[in-house]
Amino acid sequence: MDNKAFQRGSRTSLQSATSDEDMVEIAGATLDFSITDDIPPLDGDIGEGYGSYNGGGVNGSVKMMDFLDEPIPGVGTYEDFNTIDWVREKSRDRDRHREIASRSKESTWALIQSVNDAFSGWMLMLLLGLSAGSLAGLIDISAHWMTDLKEGVCLSGFWFNHEHCCWTSNETTFNDRDKCPQWKSWAELFTNRSQGAFAYILNYFMYVLWALLFSFLAVSLVRGFAPYACGSGIPEIKTILSGFIIRGYLGKWTLVIKTITLVLAVSSGLSLGKEGPLVHVACCCGNILCHLFTKYRKNEAKRREVLSAAAAAGVSVAFGAPIGGVLFSLEEVSYYFPLKTLWRSFFAALVAAFTLRSINPFGNSRLVLFYVEFHSPWHLLELIPFILLGIFGGLWGAFFIWANIAWCRKRKTTKLGKYPLLEVLTVTAITAVLAFPNEYTKRSTSELISELFNDCSMLDSSKLCDYINDFNSTKGDDLPDRAANTGVHTAMWQLSLALIFKILITVVTFGMKVPSGLFIPSMAVGAIAGRLLGIGVEQLAYYHRDWVIFQGWCSPGADCITPGLYAMVGAAACLGGVTRMTVSLVVIMFELTGGLEYIVPLMAAAMTSKWVADAIGREGIYEAHIRLNGYPFLEAKEEFTHKTLAMDVMKPRRNDPPLTVLTQEGMKVEDVEAVINETTYSGFPVVVSRESQRLVGFVLKRDLIISIENARKKQDGIVSSSMIYFTEHTPPLPPHSPASLKLRNILDLSPFTVTDQTPMEIVVDIFRKLGLRQCLITHNG
Amino acid sequence: LWFDALGLLVFFQLVFVLSFSTLLLNVSDAKNSEDIRCKCICPPYREHAGHIYNKNVSQKDCDCLHVVEPMPVPGRDVEAYCLRCECKYEERSSATIKVTIIIYLSILGLLLIYMVYLTLLEPFVKRRLFGHSQLIQNDDEVGDHQPFANAHEVLAQARSRANVLNKVEYAQQRWKRQVQEQRKSVFDHHVVLS
Repeated sequence: MDNKAFQRGSRTSLQSATSDEDMVEIAGATLDFSITDDIPPLDGDIGEGYGSYNGGGVNGSVKMMDFLDEPIPGVGTYEDFNTIDWVREKSRDRDRHREIASRSKESTWALIQSVNDAFSGWMLMLLLGLSAGSLAGLIDISAHWMTDLKEGVCLSGFWFNHEHCCWTSNETTFNDRDKCPQWKSWAELFTNRSQGAFAYILNYFMYVLWALLFSFLAVSLVRGFAPYACGSGIPEIKTILSGFIIRGYLGKWTLVIKTITLVLAVSSGLSLGKEGPLVHVACCCGNILCHLFTKYRKNEAKRREVLSAAAAAGVSVAFGAPIGGVLFSLEEVSYYFPLKTLWRSFFAALVAAFTLRSINPFGNSRLVLFYVEFHSPWHLLELIPFILLGIFGGLWGAFFIWANIAWCRKRKTTKLGKYPLLEVLTVTAITAVLAFPNEYTKRSTSELISELFNDCSMLDSSKLCDYINDFNSTKGDDLPDRAANTGVHTAMWQLSLALIFKILITVVTFGMKVPSGLFIPSMAVGAIAGRLLGIGVEQLAYYHRDWVIFQGWCSPGADCITPGLYAMVGAAACLGGVTRMTVSLVVIMFELTGGLEYIVPLMAAAMTSKWVADAIGREGIYEAHIRLNGYPFLEAKEEFTHKTLAMDVMKPRRNDPPLTVLTQEGMKVEDVEAVINETTYSGFPVVVSRESQRLVGFVLKRDLIISIENARKKQDGIVSSSMIYFTEHTPPLPPHSPASLKLRNILDLSPFTVTDQTPMEIVVDIFRKLGLRQCLITHNG
Repeated sequence: LWFDALGLLVFFQLVFVLSFSTLLLNVSDAKNSEDIRCKCICPPYREHAGHIYNKNVSQKDCDCLHVVEPMPVPGRDVEAYCLRCECKYEERSSATIKVTIIIYLSILGLLLIYMVYLTLLEPFVKRRLFGHSQLIQNDDEVGDHQPFANAHEVLAQARSRANVLNKVEYAQQRWKRQVQEQRKSVFDHHVVLS
């Protein structure tokens, strides 16, 4: 496949070199956007990078005195679709911190500045938590309302959804908890009839119509204003956090459009969730808020710390699980996670959860629609069905990843990708038409999960809880296992149909050009499978109580099997199978249940599903999407298995033209410009001379371009035949020659070098641990 | 620049208005009496069917005896009946819901109007006000073969323009170009986010 745009760092081809000095290059993209800044900062200037730069922290506070004292605007920033230089950013931050610390002793103002600098991180986390929580509240309330808009409207205030419309009414009955005169379905509104074939068809038609309208609005807004707002966002955020730059991906238009269209996409009944996009929304908030603080605005590495915390806040508001959010950020999303970020992420996640709680989108101060309230015990023998659920989860995960990647690849390469609008509308139409008849797919997926997690008690009247009750032996809440009635049988086959439908439609839905997440659909699949298995085991235990396996612990009249628990374990297994989350998944589920008693079943299922899924296919869904898109991402969890040396992997290869180098003196401006225009490398090594080829340093193409342009404008006498010097002292000029241009301050004097005999595993490790963009290979210097 | 600063300001105003107003609404004591309720669910008991009772009472009065009226069972069965009932105190903020939905719908409406304006009306308005020369030029993507032009862009942004209308125009053009580039890479070339 032609990956013109990116070259992946972990897969440079094999060659060997002829010249003494060779370079392994991770080139940036050839796509060069003409817009080079990020969100323009409020004060209007692009980041003034440090013009004087001493690599490796030799003497941080000494600034070199030469022609160009002032930092040139633009030097030190990065082009779009390039990776950042972690080492440079980190050393810059150290320099800045050292300077502030040393200056703080001088005056009170400087002291205040240093205190302010220390606290700016915490202030940022506070603002991040507040904004993430508010946006999540907005999304939750609006999605709740718009989902019900497909079915009807509330006459006592159009902003109420079905549940809130009937909140104060006295006409709800035990069997029909949502009936009240203020809520009118569309058929009732138009024809004043609520039963009958015609009303059903009219309701059906209005449902499909609303669904199509919502998805049409969503995809046209995405296409018109912010094309980066589609998809889940987590694969791209993973890549960004590992050092890649995608300008505009975390911008304010993307934020606004993603928030608005996420609500529309969820309300249109498509089989997608909002957790992944909420992480993207939170990261956008974090990125935008970074512009308020100089410390984070100018430093890409520090900004990524804030983005890690933002991802944690995003998951925290999605699930109401702050600890789970931090662990998700640590495990799935972040690349470098220093310990300091741990505490700050936790703070941001807590603030976000607290803000959401005070907005109270679901009433009762709940953060998530589905939560588990029962605490009934489970028996060790039930581990067998739990492990079965784990195997199912692993199988489903592997199937989903394979099918989804195949579908996305088809979308990428064939004509299917040329009609995004039509694709979204078709999928919505199919989903709406197939989902309406089955009551379990007609309602929103979160409500379905909520019902499946629920343990049946005497107070429930849903079809799933329609058991044959023996009134003489009931004792309050602790109901024994009972025989299933017709309601449960109907529910079971409806749920099986829903399971097949959801499995197939989610494959097609994830990755469309609307914001889409896959946590909720995976959990729904697992919950349905788990509940079906749970009811099966429960009925088995009821009818065959004399079997050996049930004899010890399931006496008649006891409540041994809780199908709701099976649903929960199934949901965890399927989610783990798809995303390959381990710790974070268990912690999220455990925070959802509020107790430690179900940790062992959850862990058993999660581990089993991960093992089964890993045996079939190595990657989780996010890594698979990263590989499909060709982002330059060095997977931190993989091991390098080939025994090769650095010499075998580097570029240029044996038959290639020799390495493009710049000499430290003797090149003219026009020579350098010719080199830049002819090649696509993003940086050049600088050597002493063409004969000796000893390494002096490394210079980036972008810095070269900006410095030359700047010099042409600002300095007198720089023409195309001016000489360029990278040395400390300019050699004496012959008379009548144009002025020379000294560019030592953009030269990196300490590039990372390895010898050509270094094994590749060490090279890969160096890249991974230090976050390098390129590494030079020397042979005897 | 001005355009973006305005957008940023609007965004912040929105976020803070939403969060602080909801926090204030929850802190204030004057609660709308319609926003609290005590909900008691009583399961079927002997020959009586199950029933749900709602009443606006405060949290300390939220139990079976205060809420369930009229009591369907005679006096000696009341205790047995009430033992099966489950009463929960619930609170909501209808003002929050109203404000949120109205904010959401207004943002959605504004975006739709802007989109309609951009696609349909803007060419006419532009032609009338500025003449043909100011219409957007659709460049092909400026690739790597013009690296110095990109440096030009970086340095050019440091300059300022006097005319306010020109500034808005410039910012809007730049934003449009950004969206076009994004659209190309996402929808046409399938480079990102496939």
